[in-house]
Amino acid sequence: MESIILFAPLVGAIIAGFGWRLVSIRGAQWITTGLLFLACAFSWITFLTFDGTTQHIEIFRWIESGSLSTSWGIRLDRLTAIMLIVVTTVSALVHLYSFGYMAHDDNFKHGEESYKARFFAYLSFFTFAMLMLVTSDNLVQMFFGWEGVGVASYLLIGFYYRKPSANAAAMKAFIVNRVGDFGFALGIFGLFYLTDSIQFNDVFAAAPALADTQLSFLWGEWNAANLLAFLLFVGAMGKSAQLILHTWLPDAMEGPTPVSALIHAATMVTAGVFLVCRMSPLMEYAPQATAFITILGATTAFFAATVGLVQNDIKRVIAYSTCSQLGYMFVAAGVGVYSVAMFHLFTHAFFKAMLFLGAGSVIHGMHHEQDMRNYGGLRKKLPYTFWAMMIGTLAITGVGIPLTHIGFAGFLSKDAVIESAWAGTQGGYAFWMLVIAALFTSFYSWRLMFLTFYGKPRGDKHTHEHAHESPMVMLVPLGVLALGAVFSGMVWYNSFFGDHNSVNKFFGIPAHAEAGEHGEAPADGHAAADTHATDTHAAADDHAATVEEHHGSEEAHAAAEADPAHAVVAAVHHGEAPQGAIFIADDNHVMDDAHHAPTWVKVSPFIAMIIGFAVAFWFYIVNPELPKRLAESQRPLYLFLLNKWYFDEIYDFIFVQPSKALGRFLWKRGDGDVIDGSINGVAMGIVPFFTRLAGRFQSGYIFTYAFAMVIGIAVLITWMTLSGGAH
Amino acid sequence: MISADLNIILPEILLSLFAMLALVGIVYTGKDKLAGLLVWVTAALFVALGLWIGASGAGTNTAFGGMFVDDGFSRFAKVVILISAAAVLIMSQEYMQRRGLLRFEYPVLVVLSVVGMMVMVSAGDLMALYMGLELQSLALYVVASLRRDSAKSTEAGLKYFVLGALSSGLLLYGASLTYGYTGTTLFSGIIEAAHDGHVSLGLLLGLVFLASGMAFKVSAVPFHMWTPDVYEGSPTPITAFFATAPKVAAMGLFARVMHDAFGHATADWSQVIALLSVLSMFLGAVAAIGQTNIKRLMAFSSIAHMGYALMGLAAGTQFGVQALLIYMAIYVTMNVGTFAFILSMERDGQPVTDIRALNGYYKSEPTKALAVLVLMFSLAGVPPMVGFFGKLYVLRAAYEAGLAWLAIAGVIASVIGAFYYIRIVYYMYFGDETDEALDGGKSPILWGFLMGSALIMVVGVVNLFGIESIAAEAAAALVN
Repeated sequence: MESIILFAPLVGAIIAGFGWRLVSIRGAQWITTGLLFLACAFSWITFLTFDGTTQHIEIFRWIESGSLSTSWGIRLDRLTAIMLIVVTTVSALVHLYSFGYMAHDDNFKHGEESYKARFFAYLSFFTFAMLMLVTSDNLVQMFFGWEGVGVASYLLIGFYYRKPSANAAAMKAFIVNRVGDFGFALGIFGLFYLTDSIQFNDVFAAAPALADTQLSFLWGEWNAANLLAFLLFVGAMGKSAQLILHTWLPDAMEGPTPVSALIHAATMVTAGVFLVCRMSPLMEYAPQATAFITILGATTAFFAATVGLVQNDIKRVIAYSTCSQLGYMFVAAGVGVYSVAMFHLFTHAFFKAMLFLGAGSVIHGMHHEQDMRNYGGLRKKLPYTFWAMMIGTLAITGVGIPLTHIGFAGFLSKDAVIESAWAGTQGGYAFWMLVIAALFTSFYSWRLMFLTFYGKPRGDKHTHEHAHESPMVMLVPLGVLALGAVFSGMVWYNSFFGDHNSVNKFFGIPAHAEAGEHGEAPADGHAAADTHATDTHAAADDHAATVEEHHGSEEAHAAAEADPAHAVVAAVHHGEAPQGAIFIADDNHVMDDAHHAPTWVKVSPFIAMIIGFAVAFWFYIVNPELPKRLAESQRPLYLFLLNKWYFDEIYDFIFVQPSKALGRFLWKRGDGDVIDGSINGVAMGIVPFFTRLAGRFQSGYIFTYAFAMVIGIAVLITWMTLSGGAH
Repeated sequence: MISADLNIILPEILLSLFAMLALVGIVYTGKDKLAGLLVWVTAALFVALGLWIGASGAGTNTAFGGMFVDDGFSRFAKVVILISAAAVLIMSQEYMQRRGLLRFEYPVLVVLSVVGMMVMVSAGDLMALYMGLELQSLALYVVASLRRDSAKSTEAGLKYFVLGALSSGLLLYGASLTYGYTGTTLFSGIIEAAHDGHVSLGLLLGLVFLASGMAFKVSAVPFHMWTPDVYEGSPTPITAFFATAPKVAAMGLFARVMHDAFGHATADWSQVIALLSVLSMFLGAVAAIGQTNIKRLMAFSSIAHMGYALMGLAAGTQFGVQALLIYMAIYVTMNVGTFAFILSMERDGQPVTDIRALNGYYKSEPTKALAVLVLMFSLAGVPPMVGFFGKLYVLRAAYEAGLAWLAIAGVIASVIGAFYYIRIVYYMYFGDETDEALDGGKSPILWGFLMGSALIMVVGVVNLFGIESIAAEAAAALVN
């Protein structure tokens, strides 16, 4: 069944991409969508029947080279199961939604209908790559999926290839992601160098040893666990649009709106969060790296929220909102509460996909007008869309009853993140950043609602007169996602952020105390029995670990002094991977502390939300002139935010212009003058000179020819006499 | 004893007898009217002898006290010589007939020169060497000026004769020096004289003169000057003959003398031959660029190719000889195809040799243009054509023998040389159509040779038709 989930989208992509002439465009659309719904149904079955124990399903061997051994394998644990339903559900709904959204596109000429089949093929290909990423049981396969989603993202951002801005945005996304991927690749190389394996199990088993290893990199000696965790996080930063590498995400909104919903809100951008959670056994041993993740996540959440306050393009507002929410997830992962990071990822996927699809519905209804200043009063024209967006807004702003577990999805997950941030940083920087960001989130979300659906119609009158509600194929996905946005938080609260036992059970973690202790887990009868029943391979490892535990650790210690890499490799053989989808170290009590946070901490996001709503209501309903006056009185600040803190300008100055100058230099001077010049010089100057010379010697007179022969033999004789006969 | 010796040189005797009988017989009967028939019979005899030599005979046999050697090496060379001579004869028949050149002396002279070539590659003695060489050369001097009423043809024959006489003089001087310093003309004796590793200066001078004489025959720089003029002046079928069989024979002789007679002085002659090789490759590549006459162009092309073949010899190893043999076999095959095409180049019944006439040839003759494209790429050494593998072998031989600089020079020269081969392709495919385009040239025989040769260049990449192992045996027979 897992294989079907994985490969159904690939089959769909191939049929739609290469065979649409055979199955017709309509057929291609139905086949891809049908296969996605099939995968979605199987995913839910897998998720609901999953018992929490990790399974490995090998599909086939892939690369065998020296000690590198890679297979196409599925690692099915709770993380994978969560990602499976997120990816396939959103993807299936987006496929369905695209029937309506892509029905008529002005970016393609009349008669160019094949763009539809291509669009669906890309969507399905993306889904396949994303599934590859989340199901992989080794780093190389994950990297394959990682790059696959990058390619799909590139293709879909640039889908309107006649628009120069879309092409530029696609290139930007690809290039910025290269920076992150470089870090990711370095991280993989480092792990392979030290552990001699890229299997997750081996890497996880070696994590404690990595924490005791020093690795020299660039100018200094670093703690291996911290360095590698940091490098992997650099990859996550690129994919998840965290600060410094975030600039591509707002531009990626050039793609069609369903793409924004699927790739740039619900699934691909959360791959970074998934990576950090997946590598939790390593992260737990990398305190400095996780501190960095926390700070950077908090800063991103704050930064993106501030920029979102003043944007006028409806999709850009939601894009910055996505960026900000990803920051929340990283904070949760950074402080070590991976389950909460996944929780927010899970709920966010529903309400953010819904917001995007709702925005798409508005854009569709308004004839591809995206500027909110030209909206207004659309509540009556687009009633269903309005309610969908309202539910999404209630979810993202976190509406619920404080101090209970009743509320929209975002209420539960975001509050969990903020409480974890408080517990993990003792009420420090990250906590306050997130609370302020929650206030801003509330403001810009309500601003979006008020500008779009309330007030008087602004902008082109003609467009407003023809505004229409979207067809059912677009509304049904909104309805399904609305269910998720309302209930997903309440239903799974306990599993992600409940008491210890329920979380452990959900993620298949054996028992808190034993989980991290080297060699003690097998001593626990229950855990060992569990292991034995489900995973014979791991059980064998455990056995070896118990027998050689004492011996092995001594050996590792001795080797550590000789060569770091060997010590870690030894640890791989003698150690054992922690059980369960995520790993929580013994001394990590953040989740418990979060549960025992003071009341004011638990209420703070709610208060922030109320303030944000009130200000938005005042600005855009009560006194619509106020924002303009405020913007004028605080002009520098307004421009600073409107221009996204000038990140693009700074990058353009620091990186883009010098690169272009260097490229121009190498092209004009290096390639043009030196290489072309020398080749042209040889080909058009020197060789023809010798050709003419040879032609002149070929006089046609026998005496010239005879003279050449005599000269030749004279030279040969002389040379022979000097060199050969000398000794 | 004499019967055993005669048995060994039976093929040569048969060919000589055939030449004499044909000469006498035809003079008393139809004369030139029977020339066409004689060409076919001769070609058939060549093929039959080639097959016989290829199939029979094993091991190494010597005749006349070591003067004549019949071993794997000589058999390989003889088969190539006979088959290529037969091919050229068949190709030339129609061309010469139409232009009134087909005299009955032509096949007879070719037979005599082939006998000379066979003696050359089997020579085990300086006497036999000279005898074979002169028999071959004299016949060639005559066929070069076969078109007696053409100034160019007679000029070509005369130039070839005068310069050939000079080279023979050099060779004889070298032979006399060698004899003087070793006291014997037998190769097996000469090699004994140098056995202790020390080669006297006099013997080295003899070696250089001998090498110069043979370099003239393979048209290696700086003894190449006759080649373009003779190629251009001779009737095209004769040029085709010059470019194929005699080159194989001369190269075989060169290898035999160097390895059989001077096998212990490899280090000494290796540098001489490397010098000849590098000069030939570069001059062939550079000078051909300036040519618009395809026959002159092929002359420089063959100079360059001889440079590559000499690279295999310069390696001085068994693998080098193997590479040389493979290279020569491939070279002959390519040239047969190319000359089949050149023979078919005509307009209004007149032969055309200007390469600009090929402009737009692709449009009128797509199939032939494609075949020529394959041949040109193969001559230039573009993979995956067979010509590339020929170059690969000699480059590897040179590299493995420690002559990396020579291999690099060869690669650079082949880049320069690629220009003029590809220019022909450019003219055919991208040139503007001219009103001087080719017409005619519908001979099925030439078409067959062109296509066959092109096909071999493509199909041969599979295993080079097994020539590799045969050449290895031949090389082993020579070097050990």
